[in-house]
Amino acid sequence: MTAGEPLPRRQVALIDLLDRLLSGGAVVTGDITLAIADIDLVRISLRALIASIGPRVPAPWEGAGPLAALEPPGPADPRTHPGDVPESPGAPGPPEHPAAAGRRHDR
Amino acid sequence: MTGGTVCYLYGIAGAEATGLYDAVGGLRGIGGAPVGVVADRGLAAVVGAVPAAEFEEAPLTRRLEDLDWLEAVARAHHEVVDAVAARTTVLPLRLATICRDQERVRALLAERRAGCLARLELLAGRVEWGVKVFVLASGPDAPGAPAERAGASGGTGLSPGRAYLRTRRHERDARDDAYALAEETVRRVRAAAAEFADEHAAHRVQQGPLARTGAENVANDAYLVPATASDAFLTAVREEAGGPGSVRVEITGPWAPYSFAADPEADPATAPRTDPGTAPAIAAEAVPASASGTAPAAASRAGPGAAPGTAPPGAPPEEEP
Repeated sequence: MTAGEPLPRRQVALIDLLDRLLSGGAVVTGDITLAIADIDLVRISLRALIASIGPRVPAPWEGAGPLAALEPPGPADPRTHPGDVPESPGAPGPPEHPAAAGRRHDR
Repeated sequence: MTGGTVCYLYGIAGAEATGLYDAVGGLRGIGGAPVGVVADRGLAAVVGAVPAAEFEEAPLTRRLEDLDWLEAVARAHHEVVDAVAARTTVLPLRLATICRDQERVRALLAERRAGCLARLELLAGRVEWGVKVFVLASGPDAPGAPAERAGASGGTGLSPGRAYLRTRRHERDARDDAYALAEETVRRVRAAAAEFADEHAAHRVQQGPLARTGAENVANDAYLVPATASDAFLTAVREEAGGPGSVRVEITGPWAPYSFAADPEADPATAPRTDPGTAPAIAAEAVPASASGTAPAAASRAGPGAAPGTAPPGAPPEEEP
């Protein structure tokens, strides 16, 4: 098809907005910083969005951090820190989360 | 500060920009709270108070899993950033950047001063445009009309088995054609866009429930374009978008420069200008994953989205696990 006209007055699509707000935007470390690494809302559960919570952002992402965070934590533990997640940096994501396998990491 | 409020940061701008104060006057942010400015030696954070009960660490973690809540916050964040961006250059911050109080905001500004000022300078007078390429590869409207071809084979006297195989082959060919066209379109659009863009960022392709259905997103790019070149940029991209067919190009924007608000501390990651010639083929990504081809297919997807040197601040070069 053809290129759609940009329509400034139309409400932006949530998915486009989340692309920018969750993986774009400058990351400065506030007091409460959610390092929401490379979100893919559309592919993984919301729970998996949160790669790290804490006063310091462990960047650049390495090892098991965001990857492991993609493993949906048990409902009993909504606060998953990368550091809390068991090792296995290269552990493939569960099949229903293909994002995990090819994850690009934030910084 | 449980029970009180904490300070939500929307973006950072130059404190001298008079447009900034016009923009925030009367502006309401998350939860309808007034938006204000906290300045420190040339830099100004655009801030608003938010309830600690929602934005402290633990509740925030839970709230972020609530899509409705996330959407409300994201839209409010965007409205503030957008309003400021309309008046002055702003460095948008990532969603949910929060400080305890204004003193902490000033400390943060002081800490990141050099990086923020440098980035603001690079963003001045520029806007972000989003360019997405979709393949309409499945469904009755799919290119090559496999169903028709299949029907045609009915009169050839093929055995049912052969007819089936032939149909499958035609379907595969049609898909291949569609993806080849998409790949070519992506290449041409990127080349055209690069003529007018200062920077290029490749977001992850959009998939899943929030993505538009019926079309596969094969490129999800953002470009930082001088505002004065926006018309030329849009014209060039549309020219390469092609006519009706199996590939659709969608433009969004203008956006505040979200995709180019690189972490001021990690600026080397900000690649200047992409050479579209180096953009990787999308073929690997384009191969429709079989129902069971999840993990391996996903691994190959990591590449196409992030061309070397084209990684956006939020989506740096791929890294195979």
